[in-house]
Amino acid sequence: MRRREFLTLSAASIGGALVCSLDRKVYRLCAQTNQAVHIPLRFFTESEALVIAGAVGRIFPTDETGPGAQEAGVAIYIDRQLAGPWGKDRHRYTHEPFDDNAPAEFGYQGQATPQQIYREGLKKLKGFTELSPAEQDKKLKEIQGTVFFSLLRRNTIEGMFCDPIHGGNVDMLGWQLIGFPGPQMSNYADIDQHFGVAFRPKPASLQQVTEVSDIRPSEDEQ
Amino acid sequence: MKTLPSVDVVVVGGGWAGLLMAKELASRTGLSIVVLERGKQRETGDYSTSMDELDYSVRLQMMQDAAQETVTVRHNAAQRAFPVRQYGSFLPGSGVGGAGEHWNGVCPRFLPDSFELLSRTIEKYGAKRLPEDHAIQDWGVTYDELEPYYTRADLLIGISGKAGNIRGKKIEGGNVFEGWRSAEYPTAPTKIPYFSALFRDAAKKLGYHPYPNPAATTSEPYTNPDGVSRPACFYCGFCERFGCMIGAKAQPTNTLLPIIQKRTSVSIRTRAWVRRIVHDSTGKARRARGVRYIDEKGEEFFQPAELVFLASWTLNNTRLLLLSNIGEPYKAHTGKGTVGRNLTHQVSFSPATAFFDKPLNRFMGSGAAGVCIGDMDGDVFNHIDLPFLRGGTLLALGLGDRPIANFGVVPRTVKGNWGSEWKRAATFFYDRTGSISFSGEHLAYKTNYMDLDPTYKDHLGDPLLRLTIDWRDNERKMADFIIPKAVEIARAMGAREVTPFPGLRSYDTTRYQTTHVQGGAIMGNSPDNSVVNPYLQHWQIPNLFVLGASSFPQNASANPTPTVLALTYRTADAIVDRYVKNPTALV
Repeated sequence: MRRREFLTLSAASIGGALVCSLDRKVYRLCAQTNQAVHIPLRFFTESEALVIAGAVGRIFPTDETGPGAQEAGVAIYIDRQLAGPWGKDRHRYTHEPFDDNAPAEFGYQGQATPQQIYREGLKKLKGFTELSPAEQDKKLKEIQGTVFFSLLRRNTIEGMFCDPIHGGNVDMLGWQLIGFPGPQMSNYADIDQHFGVAFRPKPASLQQVTEVSDIRPSEDEQ
Repeated sequence: MKTLPSVDVVVVGGGWAGLLMAKELASRTGLSIVVLERGKQRETGDYSTSMDELDYSVRLQMMQDAAQETVTVRHNAAQRAFPVRQYGSFLPGSGVGGAGEHWNGVCPRFLPDSFELLSRTIEKYGAKRLPEDHAIQDWGVTYDELEPYYTRADLLIGISGKAGNIRGKKIEGGNVFEGWRSAEYPTAPTKIPYFSALFRDAAKKLGYHPYPNPAATTSEPYTNPDGVSRPACFYCGFCERFGCMIGAKAQPTNTLLPIIQKRTSVSIRTRAWVRRIVHDSTGKARRARGVRYIDEKGEEFFQPAELVFLASWTLNNTRLLLLSNIGEPYKAHTGKGTVGRNLTHQVSFSPATAFFDKPLNRFMGSGAAGVCIGDMDGDVFNHIDLPFLRGGTLLALGLGDRPIANFGVVPRTVKGNWGSEWKRAATFFYDRTGSISFSGEHLAYKTNYMDLDPTYKDHLGDPLLRLTIDWRDNERKMADFIIPKAVEIARAMGAREVTPFPGLRSYDTTRYQTTHVQGGAIMGNSPDNSVVNPYLQHWQIPNLFVLGASSFPQNASANPTPTVLALTYRTADAIVDRYVKNPTALV
């Protein structure tokens, strides 16, 4: 059995941040305190999770545009996805023969599952957390053409903008950033109004909108 | 294998075609009917928490499970085929309602000349203009014959729209290029989102004839002739790849099931995976005897039936015919055989992606709300001096854009696709980007077809279906013609930057195009070049009918559902009025 791994985050390690725990509680870490949060991991080891958190933070950085993948909990999102059916290729056709050199228009034809692609890809990011941001970018540019990087980038966008039930988009930070309100029950009165003017209803999550508390996301499938 | 008590009718597949047939026969005859659906049971209530982009749109919750069964694809007969390991260019649905649950509800009819494509094209342009290797055919049914059935489909769904041609009288504001309709649409057009309104005004200024897209996301509360009521669309924007949580989007579960559930003569068995159509293949009186299927636990059953309907979507209809050794498989190198021929998709892409200064509020919308132009569809425009035949519709829909699928589209001037500069641009343009889309006609060729794959198998050990498909010059040149037209409209809409589509290259299984795949069990006037007659009845096995877009000899640019419904109604009438009394060949 796997040793229980936790991602321990402190304000000092990642700056002022929001993180979402596995019980879907949002923790706010303030730079002024020494508070730390321990988030149980499902797939990554703690050091792997820190590398992924660092890498997605360069793909979708926190900058003057607004918050990024670190605060939105993207690494936690990816951890859960990898531990779930998607990470294990439960719904991908996995019969042989495979072909790692298939033309791009036939999609990924390799044998490796997302779990295996991440484990392999992480080997190329050894020592990533010790690098400066510029060195980290350089490192990521070196692996830009790999299957791992394209998965990582795709998962970063998913983790930024998914419903918070999946562990990313903590506090709907991603949605606030781009003005997406989340699922809305009705836009009937507004669909043909506000032409050319930003109409920005306050974001609400699926649980908030539907008032259903036991929605089970696909990554929790056994 | 356990043999079950015999029934009058077995329907394979519980989507639009299969459930419409079940509803019609159950309402108008005393036949006992079993519908076998390999996916799960579904009802409107299942969608109350489905507005989750990740699970539904990205992880494809409503689609067939590729781990169990998929297809393989290659571009030509000289290549080896690769399995579609995760669905991409089209998304076959699963579960009660089939793909009719997760559709957008775009509801056009086909142009009248589409049904006589071969003869009309020769008549106008001469046989020399037909593309090399074409396999274009007439359908064996005309638009005029089908019109009353289209009207029934309109009423079933309560399609929202504005007619452009009522019995030959052209009406401004509707699609003036469409075939005649016997009546106005049952419900008023949907509301028009901002992006679509910009398109409408620009298209009009450029001399085109914009009209509101016909929509199954009904604009107002509607009660159909069966007494089934649905509410008006709320424009929540969760249509494509989702089931409608309020039942405003017409789906088999909210339009057909309420009637079927009242009939004790119909039972729907879910998780019933049909593997073979059982038939007597010898002697003159060839008959289907029923179907073999396995249930969720893996137990195998034989369901005997007097009448068998295959309604399991284009790909599975074709595959079941091939697996059951019914008819002669098509062989491209000899041109012999009919099962699997005339595979077509739809020429579907975004010819112009437009970037604006103003926000579009594009999270609001519905799958079919928007504006189209038909000025470059079919043979509406003269092709004498053009290097291709036919055309398609340009659409500006307000689907309700969701962020995972749409974030990250930036003008070509922005370099890279990650990091700060990209993030800034992608964030700024997130709600300032709109795509004009194109639905174009895909002609049939001898080189595009389906057969059984020699290598890859499904989870039960049956061979997968193999698709041999590629674009040819006609589609590529059509795209090259359309792209600058769309770019011109985008500029007239006030876009500050426009990215044109790079052009159609080889068929890409990863880029979502449309879930409109046709052919394989095509209809026609002769058993020499078709699998079913114009009543969708198998030429050699009169108690077997093959419903759905597998019967289309070629794609006709527009989305197929209303035509599937119309053809199903026509078959249902022929069965109720004629076949039940005299179960033989209808032609």
